[in-house]
Amino acid sequence: MATSDEMYQAVIIEHARSPRNYKPLVTPTHHCDGRNPLCGDEVSLDLTVDAEGRITDIGFQGQGCAISKASASMMTAAIKGKTVPEARELFERFHALVTGEPTDEKALGKLVAFKGVAAYPMRVKCATMGWHVMMEALDENREKRPNGSEQ
Amino acid sequence: MTALASSLRGTFPVLGTLSRGHPMIYLDSAATAQKPQAVIDAMTRFYTQDYGTIHRGVYQVSERATLAWDAARERVAHFLTAATADEVVFVRGTTEAINLVAESFLKPRIKPGATVLVTEMEHHANIVPWQLAGAKTVPIPISDTGELDLVAAERLLAAGCEMLAVCHVSNALGTINPVVELCRMAKRHGVPVLIDGAQAAPHLCIDVQAIGCDFYCFSGHKVYGPTGIGALWAKREHLAKMPPYQGGGDMIDLVTFEGTTYAPAPRKFEAGTPHIAGAIGLEAALRWLDALDRVALRREEEELLAFGTGLLAEVPGLRLIGSAREKAGILTFVIEGVHPHDIASILDHDGVCIRAGHHCTQPLHRRLGVQSTARASLALYSTRDDLEKLAHGLVKIQRMFN
Ligand SMILES: Cc1ncc(COP(=O)(O)O)c(C=O)c1O
Repeated sequence: MATSDEMYQAVIIEHARSPRNYKPLVTPTHHCDGRNPLCGDEVSLDLTVDAEGRITDIGFQGQGCAISKASASMMTAAIKGKTVPEARELFERFHALVTGEPTDEKALGKLVAFKGVAAYPMRVKCATMGWHVMMEALDENREKRPNGSEQ
Repeated sequence: MTALASSLRGTFPVLGTLSRGHPMIYLDSAATAQKPQAVIDAMTRFYTQDYGTIHRGVYQVSERATLAWDAARERVAHFLTAATADEVVFVRGTTEAINLVAESFLKPRIKPGATVLVTEMEHHANIVPWQLAGAKTVPIPISDTGELDLVAAERLLAAGCEMLAVCHVSNALGTINPVVELCRMAKRHGVPVLIDGAQAAPHLCIDVQAIGCDFYCFSGHKVYGPTGIGALWAKREHLAKMPPYQGGGDMIDLVTFEGTTYAPAPRKFEAGTPHIAGAIGLEAALRWLDALDRVALRREEEELLAFGTGLLAEVPGLRLIGSAREKAGILTFVIEGVHPHDIASILDHDGVCIRAGHHCTQPLHRRLGVQSTARASLALYSTRDDLEKLAHGLVKIQRMFN
């Protein structure tokens, strides 16, 4: 059985307390806001993607629990400098990790700290909120959808 | 542990189980209460021995079900100190009761945009149905301790409104509102009153006649009964004039293709095959409650609340929200630097079940200037030990994040 220490790893608490890239970008190329109406959590995400499709800068802001804040923070650190397809692949790996599906944990690096979330299905949304907003922001077809939300 | 609580605890099977590998400490009774064996047995007996529909069959189980259904209505009337069981309508719960009143009572009386007076502490269930019926909801303000501003209430009533809808006990603050006084004030202005009794029914002895309201409602699942059943009490003269809420079987007198006449109240409002087992479970719950010394239990709850309030005050960085003089067993709080979801989640790892979020009171949270809160709520099986485990967990969490 997972214990609280398994979900609330030191690195998660540390990121929740001092999130990285916690800022709006001045001239983002992509932006999306996400909200979880059930818990009221919010995240607002800016990205700058260059002509080659590489994420050169990323910033987020929001209200949320330690899991959602730390996840968004560690995501920004993990995808900065990556190409869009690389970011998507990392999201898929991360999603598998927190839902208890097999995945290449080594490729996830520090993000493996979220493995404990898999034992708590109600918290998967918290851990993936920032990621969903990021994917939504990068989605070319987004304009056709009514609204950007976390899921 | 108080004497009564400890003797009652054993009759709730769930409380003897493990949660995440730890003995379960259930502190979310304001959301829904656990069930005593008496309720579980009554429903099992119905399904295993007496199951049949009501009002339609001439055979034995249908007759038994019909009698049980009628007995449940009598029991609810007694629980609410109603003059007659004909004033009790079975509904799914508080939410449906308020929607019924909004749709069948308010809507035909008003022009769109008319005012329904509510309070800043209302549950969404006592805000949204009025808006759906075309009314504008105007809140009576509260003080920082979570008490209604009665001067403002008087002023707002005088300014004119079609209805006053207020909770008897707040699910987020625990405040017990002065409903008798509010009804007296409303009456002077000719304004009908609905009291949302969802949180009062488990804690207080209810007397709808003494309160002087027009409508009162509660949910079975919060008074130790099943989900999917609750009751709306309404003055007979209102029920007689109100059009049906839904059409279907059971609510009719005579049906032709040209038109239909309806059964008298309360059946006029009970279309379709109802939650018979639910009513039987609710009857068992209220009978079980009736056999207890509720005045003594209320005193014990007050002591337990004071004990819990003291314990939480010692947790560094904790701020209690809601400190009305008259308060039911609800402890809502925030801890500096810790999100309520993390509080609830970490407590859960140790088997302690509390609620985090806005508790269906977003306008109240906005008024209080907080996004979300954590809430521990008491029932008559709650003990000092439960609250000590809670406080112990909170101290640990506070250290973890600060
Ligand atoms: C004060 C109050 N009103 C209304 C409700 C709605 O009750 P239900 O969901 O049982 O219809 C609740 C319960 O959540 C409540 O606490």
